[in-house]
Amino acid sequence: MHSSSLDLYRAGASFWHRLDARVKLIITLAYVLTVSLMPVGAWPAYVLLFAFVLSLVVASELGVWVVLRRTLLALPFVLAALPLLVTTPGRVILSFSVGRWSLPFTSAGLERFLSIACKSWLSMQMAVLLTATTPLPDLWIALRALHFPGLLVATVGLMWRYLFVLADEAMRMLRAREARSAGGEGRNGGSVMWRARVTGSMAGSMFLRGYERSERIYNAMLARGYDGTVRSLPVKPVSATQRWVAALATGVLLVLLWLGQWMR
Amino acid sequence: MDVPGCAAVEIHKLSFAYPDGQVALRGIDLCVAPGERVGIVGPNGAGKSTLLLHLNGILQGEGTVGVDGLQVTRANLGRVRARVGIVFQNPDDQLFSPTVFDDVAYGPIYMGLSEAEVRQRVTQALQQINMEGYAIRVSHHLSLGEKKRVAIATVLAMNPEILVLDEPSAGLDPRGRRILIRLLERLPQTMLISTHDLRLVKELCPRTVVLDEGQVVADGPTGKLLADEALLLAHGLD
Amino acid sequence: MSQWSSPLYQGYIRPARAVGIPGHSVASGPSPMHIPDGFLSTPVALLMWVVAIVAVAYALRRVSRDLDERKVPLFGVLAAAIFAGQMLNFSVTGGTSGHLLGAAIACILVGPWAAVLALACVVGTQALLFQDGGLLALGANIVNMAVIGVSVAYAVHGAVRRLAGDQRWSTVVAGFAAGWTSIVVAALACALELAVSGTSPANVAVPAMGGIHMLIGIGEGLITVGAVALLYAARPDLLGARKGEAAGNRGILVGGLVLAIVLAVLSPLASSHPDGLEWVAEQRGFLDFARGSPYRLIPDYVFPGISNEAIATIVAGIVGLLIVFGIAMAVAASRRRRGSAQNP
Repeated sequence: MHSSSLDLYRAGASFWHRLDARVKLIITLAYVLTVSLMPVGAWPAYVLLFAFVLSLVVASELGVWVVLRRTLLALPFVLAALPLLVTTPGRVILSFSVGRWSLPFTSAGLERFLSIACKSWLSMQMAVLLTATTPLPDLWIALRALHFPGLLVATVGLMWRYLFVLADEAMRMLRAREARSAGGEGRNGGSVMWRARVTGSMAGSMFLRGYERSERIYNAMLARGYDGTVRSLPVKPVSATQRWVAALATGVLLVLLWLGQWMR
Repeated sequence: MDVPGCAAVEIHKLSFAYPDGQVALRGIDLCVAPGERVGIVGPNGAGKSTLLLHLNGILQGEGTVGVDGLQVTRANLGRVRARVGIVFQNPDDQLFSPTVFDDVAYGPIYMGLSEAEVRQRVTQALQQINMEGYAIRVSHHLSLGEKKRVAIATVLAMNPEILVLDEPSAGLDPRGRRILIRLLERLPQTMLISTHDLRLVKELCPRTVVLDEGQVVADGPTGKLLADEALLLAHGLD
Repeated sequence: MSQWSSPLYQGYIRPARAVGIPGHSVASGPSPMHIPDGFLSTPVALLMWVVAIVAVAYALRRVSRDLDERKVPLFGVLAAAIFAGQMLNFSVTGGTSGHLLGAAIACILVGPWAAVLALACVVGTQALLFQDGGLLALGANIVNMAVIGVSVAYAVHGAVRRLAGDQRWSTVVAGFAAGWTSIVVAALACALELAVSGTSPANVAVPAMGGIHMLIGIGEGLITVGAVALLYAARPDLLGARKGEAAGNRGILVGGLVLAIVLAVLSPLASSHPDGLEWVAEQRGFLDFARGSPYRLIPDYVFPGISNEAIATIVAGIVGLLIVFGIAMAVAASRRRRGSAQNP
């Protein structure tokens, strides 16, 4: 059985697609940093930041809905910030009483909650854009070119390569377990301890098979001359045009950052 | 090293036991001339895979192993591995790089070739397996047959003298098998093919060696050996 | 095949629903311990990045020094196994499921430094590719899960084994303790980071994160035990192989124990004195642009009226729209040019 991979990458010929992965990575990180540095409640700046990422999405010809769909998925996280609504001191706009406790919703709390939600969402869009327009092998090469340690990049590359193979095995085990879980509707037999133990055995056997597979991979590497060092072909330098693009994007972000401070 | 008919592979009294005590090979003698194609058959557990792993020094037992005029010793491993290309049974274990290009380039890179040479070797190897456009593909997306051919290419890129294949046709559908056999027919290297697929042996290998319980029990022309039903039955081949 | 129907997506993001175990409701998605962007103040996030980089760099050095070269494919596959292993779950009660982090198992199998490396890769990839945890917050996430999780697991495991000796039951207890403590202490660290950032006051974050993860930790502990039991039965040589390196790893053993104790003591303290942490956060206010101080009066914008900020926002919206529109036109034009170039 062949598990289809999680196809994050959507091929394309747009300008953004053709940018070197290093440039895209740097712009993405600069964007995320800018978003993080924006003060709470700087709505005009948030709108402009949204315009920034939206322009890039449009330029990449991906389709706005593709990116939005993927970010909406991870948004439920933001609910973790809900307590802010009631714990931030400030002017109270609404108050609920639950039993003895009252939950004062403050305007400051609302502002903080919405700010966090916006910032999270903006950062996510940029990250989704990066992964949708960059084939992963290019990303690993970019990391290597940006002087990430070779061992680390090799580990990430191998991890990604075998993730789907092992996920396949995990799915097969889960399915086999399901096929043998003949409990009635809504009622699972066996204690929690037993079920945890079974899951643990599944995890253990997956780790074990992974270990043994890694020994076979090592033999295959040896057979092709592996000598303990991590080697790869040299990476082409980034063209001048692309450097300008990176500089321009970073410049725009800095301007937005300054505007954001000014607009509090 | 003196016997002329053994210039490709010369194995003399090879014995090997695993660390847990299990004896896998008992005094194997084998002699292969350059350009020969030898099928190695036998039941599971006969020691076929273990024997293959001795040819490039991944395992080292008692006795001598010589390939292409070189003794397989610790000092020689780099050179040995450039001469003997082993294609393992499970292609997923051999395609461990992000793209097909990276996998095929791996061997040449570790041989220390220049970038231009590496690229040239990759192109050449992909041509040999008829998969020129596949360089940027991700190996996970390929079918089993395609993976097997790419695995062969990863080894061909090193221009080995001797090609060793472990169960090359396992799991392939008839069409995949056909493509594989045609590919192997075209290759000039000395070949050792360990397999259960007797029809493949008949088509590709004029000579067959039968292994059972770590020993060579028969070694001769394929036609004669595979017609001997008693032999096949006795050693779990039919 | 669309992303949503792929087994990996289903298995990772919607574990319960994918398997359809009867009586099992949908799990809440990725682990609650991955902090998204926007939740940590910038100074905290950057500090955590520094810690993460130092820790991972050190782990890399130790790994290349101590372990022989055959381990290189092992780390990658191990990281893949941890990643895939996080798909394995089981129902604890009707609504929740036990779900794996894997720090303890990794650590028991390959030692602390390789485990740090593998988990850092997993957490990093989850952030970059699945948006499970933010990119700026990635440093903190790596510190919590890969560094604190692993060192605490290693320390507890080592301590229990040392105290209880070498019997069969001591491996079980050690495995459970390592799994449970790694999750709980990592969660406490997470809560403290949120509190110092001013996102979530300590008296809410600590009990909430701590409490939930004390429950989740039980699952981790049990799964760890199950995995260790299987490995013990199938390949005991893999588990026993590393007695010798304990000496070299004394540093991380002690460090892990210290971390666990410090966090365990600090958290209830912080929880009962949330103002203390707010004060700390306030002192850094001059560096901290991301966090509006809660004690400053913030103009009322919630009901948009005639306020400068509302106008500024609208203007920004118009400007943004024009920019996007302009880009869309440019893209359309370039497409036409490309299309006509291909059809002479």
